Amino acid sequence: MSASDTRLGSTLPAATPRAPGTVELSFRQFTRNRVALAGLICLTVICILVATAPLLAPYNPAQISLSSKLQPPSWAHLLGTDYFGRDILSRMLYGGRLSLTVGMLVVLFALSFGVPIGLVSGFIGGRLDNIIMRLMDAFLTFPPLLLAIAVVGLLGPSIQNVVLALGLVQIPVLARMVRGSTLAAREEVYVRAATALGAGPLRVMFSNILRNIVSPIVVQMTIVFSAAVVAEASLSFLGLGAPPPTPSWGRDLSDARNYLGQAPWMFLSPAIVIMLCVLSINFIGDGVRDSLDPRSWRINRNARREEEVPE
Amino acid sequence: MNLLRVRNLRTEFNTDQGRLKAVQGISFDLAEGEVLGVVGESGSGKSVAAASIMRMVPQPPGRVTADELLFDKTPLLDISEAEARDIRGSKIAMVFQDPMRSLNPVLTIGHQLIEVLRRHQNMTKQAARRRSIELLEMVGIPLAERRMAAYPHQLSGGMRQRVMMAIAVSCHPRLLIADEATTALDVTIQAQIIELVKKLQHDLGTAVIWISHDLGVVAGMCDRVNVMYAGRIVETGKVDDVFDQPSHGYTLGLMSSTPRVDGTSADRLTPIEGMPPSLAEEIRLCPFLPRCRVAVPACSDVPPPTREIGSPDHRSACHADLRSHWRVPA
Repeated sequence: MSASDTRLGSTLPAATPRAPGTVELSFRQFTRNRVALAGLICLTVICILVATAPLLAPYNPAQISLSSKLQPPSWAHLLGTDYFGRDILSRMLYGGRLSLTVGMLVVLFALSFGVPIGLVSGFIGGRLDNIIMRLMDAFLTFPPLLLAIAVVGLLGPSIQNVVLALGLVQIPVLARMVRGSTLAAREEVYVRAATALGAGPLRVMFSNILRNIVSPIVVQMTIVFSAAVVAEASLSFLGLGAPPPTPSWGRDLSDARNYLGQAPWMFLSPAIVIMLCVLSINFIGDGVRDSLDPRSWRINRNARREEEVPE
Repeated sequence: MNLLRVRNLRTEFNTDQGRLKAVQGISFDLAEGEVLGVVGESGSGKSVAAASIMRMVPQPPGRVTADELLFDKTPLLDISEAEARDIRGSKIAMVFQDPMRSLNPVLTIGHQLIEVLRRHQNMTKQAARRRSIELLEMVGIPLAERRMAAYPHQLSGGMRQRVMMAIAVSCHPRLLIADEATTALDVTIQAQIIELVKKLQHDLGTAVIWISHDLGVVAGMCDRVNVMYAGRIVETGKVDDVFDQPSHGYTLGLMSSTPRVDGTSADRLTPIEGMPPSLAEEIRLCPFLPRCRVAVPACSDVPPPTREIGSPDHRSACHADLRSHWRVPA
């Protein structure tokens, strides 16, 4: 068959379907990954539950009822009650609003600064790299929580400032990691080859380097998210997060410490939701990473991989 | 009119060990459509010279100077970085040694071809796609249209080097620099790639600088050859002249350390003893002197002048008279 025949897809629609693009292939690959899909579904369900909390929550999450304090799970209180007799299920539903928002915003914030800083620093190198990295090192010398406390203490406690503080703490971590991966990717032959073909620095940075270091970034993202949820709890615990009646998974978790033996359900509920979210994000992250790297794609039974064509 | 004119090209790197002189004043011309071989052992400055011509030496720490570096009337060292980018990939293209790693692993080969075509030739996506398929067919990739959607890891090394060739010639470059383009491939694939380059060179009239360790390949495909040692061109000439009448101790050494199919069979290979000199040293005399088997007393006194051997084309910087070693007497 000559080339001109195969090129016209319309003449042979069945035999030569349009080749799917990279985005489509990546998406297909993602949906084929059951674990990642499960993570996506789990997180979506949690998000929906949290978003519709006012409709679903059986009680007011801040309603104190000392007569029914520390009750184990029952039909009246599906997940039990805490020391103040507040319904834990309701608190979980409402608490997710703060925790998930903070977690996601911190990831977004840290990514949008950490990745460009690391990329530019590693790619350009030289003196600029030195200056940026020493600056990041200076940030890293502070214990992260202390730095966050300082920022919130300076700006005043509010959710925006908590996000800012926690995000700020994560920027140097991300920037260092991205820089390291960039340094390695920069020396790849295909980066030199791209330069030799006339690609400019922006194209080399984004199309060649960033595309190839997505996987460590995604992994770091999941770590940042879980760290942020837990750190928000610590800040709340210190009175620097949202003020006390506001429910938050992290705060409920730290409150439960004192009742571990007495009322384990108080501790289990927030622990399990946080774990579910972190795991889901981890699975999704793995799925995204794999779907962005064609080398890890699994063989589709219908369209067998055409490998090692005889020369 | 020569396509490329190089006069006194010098490339230095400032490092912790001092100033490394990777290329120490080389001069040569390349005519339109000519195939020039560059041979020499590792560290002799072949690749750095190529990178200097491509304007791909990072400055700093590198420093490239030349009395003249003219490509098609363009002074390569005086143009802006943006102008240099426009020339790279369109008028001068380069193919690297390691085909397994020369392609971006996360993009399809179609994507990578189309990207270059659109970058340099303002093609529409459809036109670039059609052209890409033609190019893949031209370099002998079966089922070219389906290969467009393949990722580099799905192709073998030889196939990948063909793809690299397709990308390199996609914008009809006037000059193709192949830096050890076949070194990482096995012999049969190597032969195919060489045939491919010859064909492309013949069909498109592209001039080629073929950098290689392999004297046999250079003898088979090049018109002229530069022998490089310690950042200098120590001998240059038509391929037949240089290989039949080697006139520099280093060329002779290279040849006696290379097995020949047609050679006098009983001969044992003679290795070149020792190591190339450090590039940080200032060398006044012949840089090959410490390893030379044919040195004459004059070698230890004065630096060797460049002299013509037989024809004005064939020049060598050596004191010794090597006529007794020639396979074809003058």
